[in-house]
Amino acid sequence: MRRLKVFRSLVIDSIDATTKGSRKYNIWMGFLTFIMLVGMYCYSIQLDQGLSVTGMSDRVSWGLYISNFTFLVGVAAAAVMLVMPTYVLKDIDFKQAVLIGEGLAVAALIMCLAFVVADMGGPSVLWHMIPGIGVFNFPNSMLTWDVIVLNGYLFLNISIPFYILFRRYQGKVPNPKIYIPGAVLSVLWAVAIHLVTAFLYQGLQARPFWNNALLGPRFLASAFAAGPALIILVLAIIRSFTDFKIKNKTINKIALIVTVAAQINIIMLISELFKEFYAPTHHSESAYYLFFGLDGKTALLPWIWTAISMNVIATIILTFKKLRENLSVLYFCCFLLFVAIWIEKGFGLIVPGFIPGPYGKIVEYLPTKIEVGVTIGIWAMGAFIFTILAKTAIGIELGKIRYKKKS
Amino acid sequence: MSDNKKWYSLDLNFKKKKETSGSCGCGKTSGGCGSHNNEMTDDAFLEAAVNASIGDEVRKDGFDQVFDVKMDRRSAFKKLTASLLIGAGAVSTSCSVVTGDDSKEKAQIDWEEQFKGNYKLMSDKEKKGTVERLMRSYELRTGKNISMTSENAKEDVLFGYAFNISKCQGYMDCVNACIEENNQDRNSQMQYIRIHEMKDGNGFKFDEADDNYYHEVPAEGHFYMGTQCFHCDNPPCVEVCPVQATWREDDGLVVIDYDWCVGCRYCMAACPYDGRRFNWSKPEVPEAEINKNQHYLGNRMRKKGVMEKCTFCVQRSRKGQNPACVEACPTGARIFGNLLDPNSTIRWVLENKKVFRLKEDLGTEPKFWYFMD
Repeated sequence: MRRLKVFRSLVIDSIDATTKGSRKYNIWMGFLTFIMLVGMYCYSIQLDQGLSVTGMSDRVSWGLYISNFTFLVGVAAAAVMLVMPTYVLKDIDFKQAVLIGEGLAVAALIMCLAFVVADMGGPSVLWHMIPGIGVFNFPNSMLTWDVIVLNGYLFLNISIPFYILFRRYQGKVPNPKIYIPGAVLSVLWAVAIHLVTAFLYQGLQARPFWNNALLGPRFLASAFAAGPALIILVLAIIRSFTDFKIKNKTINKIALIVTVAAQINIIMLISELFKEFYAPTHHSESAYYLFFGLDGKTALLPWIWTAISMNVIATIILTFKKLRENLSVLYFCCFLLFVAIWIEKGFGLIVPGFIPGPYGKIVEYLPTKIEVGVTIGIWAMGAFIFTILAKTAIGIELGKIRYKKKS
Repeated sequence: MSDNKKWYSLDLNFKKKKETSGSCGCGKTSGGCGSHNNEMTDDAFLEAAVNASIGDEVRKDGFDQVFDVKMDRRSAFKKLTASLLIGAGAVSTSCSVVTGDDSKEKAQIDWEEQFKGNYKLMSDKEKKGTVERLMRSYELRTGKNISMTSENAKEDVLFGYAFNISKCQGYMDCVNACIEENNQDRNSQMQYIRIHEMKDGNGFKFDEADDNYYHEVPAEGHFYMGTQCFHCDNPPCVEVCPVQATWREDDGLVVIDYDWCVGCRYCMAACPYDGRRFNWSKPEVPEAEINKNQHYLGNRMRKKGVMEKCTFCVQRSRKGQNPACVEACPTGARIFGNLLDPNSTIRWVLENKKVFRLKEDLGTEPKFWYFMD
C-alpha cells in the first residue's frame, strides 16, 4: 500500500516537473508537439490511402521507415556502453551518465516500434503477432526474435532506472543486489538486440548484399560509435541547460569508446570494400550501385560518399588524444559520426539490398514527403519522450523531486 | 480479352470462359447465412453477437484463445463488444440504404471477420464459416453473388510446372489471363508473371533482359522466358513470416491468408524469385470484370496492405483444371500437372527433357522447371 502511495506521488510530481519549465523548455516541447502533429497528419493520409503514398514499390519494398528502425536499434543497444562500466566494473565516472543513456535507449526503442508499426500494411491486425492471441512464428522467423528482444530490452531499460529513481525519490540508496543482475542481463541483451536485428537481414539468401557474415559485427561496431556519440551530444546539452553535473572525465571516457568503435567500424568497412571490389562477382552489384551507381542510376551516390567522408574525417580526428579532449572538436566529430552512421546503416544499407532486384531490375527509391513527415514526426516523438524522462530523472538525481518534500 | 491491357498481343481468338454462380453458398436468397434471426431485438442481437464471437463453435479463433476464460472477463468483454458494435453499427447504418437488419448483419460479419483466426489452423467447419461470411458480405455490399470455396489439398497430389523456353514467343497472353482470373489490382498494373525478353547469344542475362516491353513480338534476335512464384519446396518466404500468414499446403502450393497477413513485407525481401506482390493501395477491379469463381486462398478480393502471389490458380488446379496461364498460352510453352502421377505430362517432361531450375544454389527447391526442345 505504501509503495502505491509513493508511486502515485511520484507520478504526480513528475507530471508536475515535466509540465513546468523555463521558457526555452516550453518552446522546445511546443515545437516537438507541432512536429508530432504534422507526423500524425501524414500518417493519417498513409492509413487512408495505403502505403502507396510512400516511395516504396514492389521492387524496393522497404525504405526510410525500416532504415531508421535499423539505425535506432543500434542507438538503443549503445546504452550498454554506459551500463557496463558503471554497474559491473564499478566505475563511478559513468554513474551520472547512465540514467541518461538508459533514457535514450527507452526513447530509441519506442521510436523503433513506432517505425515498424508505420511500415506495416495492416496495423489494425497487429494483434496477430501477439503470442497467445495470435500466431507467433517462433523460432523460425527472425522478426519474432526481434519482437522478443526489443520488448525485453525495453522492459529492462524501463525497470532498472525506475527502481533506482524510485529509491532515490524516497531518499533511500538503491540496493546493488537488486539492480546489478538486471544490469548484467541488459549488457548481454543489448548485444543480442543488435545482432538479432542484423540477422533479420543477414539470413536472407535472396539478398547477397545483406547475406554476409560481417553484417552483424559491423552493426555492433557502428552502433557503439553512433550511440555514445549521441549520448555525448545529449550530455553536452544537459550540461549547459541544467544544474546536472557531468564531469569532463566522464565525457572523455565515453569519447574513448566512440573512438575505438569508430576505428573498428572503419576496418570492417575496408574489409567489406575489398571483398566487393577486388574480385567483383554478380553478388557485388548492389555495392556497385551504392558506391558508383549502375546503368546511370546514381541516387545514393551523394549520400554514401558524404557518409564515408564524414566517417573517415571524424575517426581520424578522434584518434588523436589532444583533439579528442578538446570539447568543441569532440562535439563536432560526434555530430559527423552520428549523421554518417545514420546514412550508412540506414538507407545506405536497406535500399541497396533491393537494387538490383532478384532478376537484375534496377528501380530506384526516393522517399515521398509524407514518408519524410511521418519519419520526422516519430523522431520528434522520441525527443519528446526522452526530454520527459531526462527531466524527471535529473530532478530526482538532483534532489529537487523528493517524496513528501513539500509537506 | 479486355481492351485495357497495356501490352501487345496477337488475338488468337482466346476467350476466357467465365462461369458465374447464381446463388449464395448457403442456399438462402434472403436474410443471412449464419444464425441470425429477422425478428431479433437489439439485446438479443447483442447476445447473439457475443455468443457468435466467443461461443464454443469457433474453437481456434484467435479471439477465442484469449477470451475463453470464465465469467468476469466475459462480462467485461460483453461491454466491449457492445460499444464496438454500437460504433460499427452507427457507421454502417448511416452509410447504408438497405434495411436495418442488413446493416446489423454486416456489422456482425465485419466483427467476426476482424477477429477470426489464422486459416491455416482452422478446422474445415471454421473454413466453411469464414467463406460463407465472405460470400454473404459481398452480397450485402454489392447485391451480387460470388461463389467461394475452401477446398483443401487432395491426397497424392503435388503440383509442378514446366516452362518450354524454345516455345515461348512473348505474347503475354498468360499475363493477361492471370490478371483476369486472379482479380489483380488494375490500377497498379499488378502482374504475377513477368516475361523476360533476352538477346540471343547472351545466354540468360536477366539484368540485360527487358520485362516490360511494348513492341511487337517475337522480336528479331530475342528469346523469352517467364518467371512467377516457383512454389518452392523449401520456401524462404514461409520461414520468415512472423505470423504464419503464408505456408506451404500439402499439394505444394505456397499460399497466403490475406486476412491474417500484417503487411510487414519480410517475405518479399526473402523471396529470391520476385514472386510476391504487395497491395500498396486498395486493389480495384471493375465490377463487371470480377472473376466470381473464387477460392479463399486464391483469387478472392484482396484488401489494402496485404501480400498476394501466384497460387497456381488454386481455385482451378484443385478442381483438376490447368491454371489460367497454362490454358491461355497460345504456344504450349507452359506445362502443369501432378508430380506424383507417373502418367502426367509434367512427369514426362521431367524424365525426357534436360530440365533446370533458377538459382538452385540457394537451396529453395523450386517446383518450376525450364527446358528446351
